[in-house]
Amino acid sequence: MKRYILIRLLESLAAIFVITVLVFALTHMSGSPVDALLPQDATQEQIDALVSAWGLDQSLPRQYLSFLGNALQGDFGDSLKWRGYSAMGVVADRLPQTLYLGGIAVAISVVVALPLGVMAAMRKGGKLDKAAQLFSLFGQSIPQFWFAILLIWFFAVALQLLPTSGSGSWQHVILPAIAMAWFQIAALSRLTRSAMLEVLDAEYVKLARVKGVSETRVVWVHALRNAAVVPLTYFGVLAGSVLTGSVTIETVFSWPGLGWVAIEAIRARDFPVVQAVVVIFALIYIVCNFLVDILNAYIDPRVRA
Amino acid sequence: MPLDPQSEVVLEVRNLTTTISIRTDEFAAVDNVSLSLKRGETLGLVGESGSGKSLTGLSLLNLVPKHAARVAGGAVMLDGVDLLQLSEREMRRVRGKKISMILQDPQTSLNPSFSVGSQIGEALSLHTDVPKKGLKAAAVEMLRRVRVAAPEHRVDAYPHQMSGGMRQRVVGAIAISCAPDVIIADEPTTSLDVTVQAQYIRLLQELQAETGMGIIFITHDFGIVAKVCHRLAVMYAGQIVETGPVERIFDAPGHPYTQALLGSVPKLHGQQGRLPSISGNPPALWNKPKGCKFAPRCPLADTRCHTEEPPVYDTPDQDGREHWARCWRLETQ
Repeated sequence: MKRYILIRLLESLAAIFVITVLVFALTHMSGSPVDALLPQDATQEQIDALVSAWGLDQSLPRQYLSFLGNALQGDFGDSLKWRGYSAMGVVADRLPQTLYLGGIAVAISVVVALPLGVMAAMRKGGKLDKAAQLFSLFGQSIPQFWFAILLIWFFAVALQLLPTSGSGSWQHVILPAIAMAWFQIAALSRLTRSAMLEVLDAEYVKLARVKGVSETRVVWVHALRNAAVVPLTYFGVLAGSVLTGSVTIETVFSWPGLGWVAIEAIRARDFPVVQAVVVIFALIYIVCNFLVDILNAYIDPRVRA
Repeated sequence: MPLDPQSEVVLEVRNLTTTISIRTDEFAAVDNVSLSLKRGETLGLVGESGSGKSLTGLSLLNLVPKHAARVAGGAVMLDGVDLLQLSEREMRRVRGKKISMILQDPQTSLNPSFSVGSQIGEALSLHTDVPKKGLKAAAVEMLRRVRVAAPEHRVDAYPHQMSGGMRQRVVGAIAISCAPDVIIADEPTTSLDVTVQAQYIRLLQELQAETGMGIIFITHDFGIVAKVCHRLAVMYAGQIVETGPVERIFDAPGHPYTQALLGSVPKLHGQQGRLPSISGNPPALWNKPKGCKFAPRCPLADTRCHTEEPPVYDTPDQDGREHWARCWRLETQ
């Protein structure tokens, strides 16, 4: 197990390295920041001064190394759009809000989808299964922004139970979290259901019943432990995508998250912020998948070897 | 080894019928099956695939696949209690404790996510008062009883770290862990290679001698039947068509189906031509013949065989041991 964790850790570090190279390369391929920074009629002297001040006249490997060195210290330079702030400052300012909303959405997804999938599999073809199927169909086919607006209309406008938008209190997070979780519940519960159906037919499930194990324990221990690998692997993707924020949800609910910052920074060609955002998002994905890998190994002894 | 004639009956199955539902219709896949098993006895249940052997085994545990099948009638008397009358909760206390089962394929019948020790321990924790801390030691002891080498190490191993023969021993250990009266062994050696098969059969016989459990041995292999069984029940199309002592059935099979089955077993001596096979296929569940179920494939069938179901004819051997078959030809004998 220790060996397995070590290998996964090294793989994660390698992935982070590759991402820094890509981030560095991509921003350089998308044109020179000098064009964006200086006015159209800038003189050659002004251009030269800026190029040397920013180190753009140095070789690419050298530029990369200084980028990496700074990045390791969390320094991606100053934001070009949000003047007076460092790129990391802009990201760090929004990151907690994104993680807060994403974390709650992830929690809702798992708490609802896992039991729903398991119970749908237990009563295959039954009422609950059919209801879950319908629910999933809606979850995956209704556009998120429209569902979000429906939520606002119903809970905030008609019933006046929750605030329409913004952030601040715990009530503010409920609607956006549900809107985000909705789609994930649909996907995760379907995956759980099909994985469970396969496992419930297995011989070892039959053997557990032969031993006199109760049906509850057969389903939730013997079967789920083996079925869990599929939804868990998807969970890595799910957590990554939810924790990195959603432009749609943030826009509809005026939630001050990172998704919106990412889009704005790209539109303004704010390279330092784009780089910081991409690196942070990549880190979130890598950490999520690393944790999922460890969990997988914990659950399934065959993975550990 | 010979069976003590004084041995008492431990399991008695009467008119067991299990139906399979296809769309809105129900068909008897186990059709009025009656059999009995004595303490220390091994009863072979033989027949082609699809003849209802495994479903009979599962019906005894009242564990037929839900939705698709149901035990529709009959009685399964174990120690004077009809298992079919028990609630699911009461039945759970019987399964694994008084009646247990060895499944066919050791590759798939152990849970890949749990150590073999915990899988053996689970049965013990459900049915015995072995304390939680003692479960591992008890599991080691069980592994030792099924002759697994280095049980102290193997107890922590996972199924994927073991060979097929070893896993089947673990399945055996689970089955015997609570000292059941009856074990149903559903083709326990089919997926093992021949040398391992022989070892496993010897192991089952030794365990039987130690515990006195009755074994219902489901198989289609007459070689194994001759080695391990005291009595035989031949199944065809959900019915038992012949039952009797093994030697008796080998010497003087009463039913043409049994004769045909025995004819397709290769012999070590004598002329060795092409092995005869039984022509045709067993009838479909929804299209069983009106008369004798075997009539369409039977070389000896006459008009009555096709129209009227034959009754059971007793043909006990000289010691008066039970032997009967369902065949019209026995009427005149």
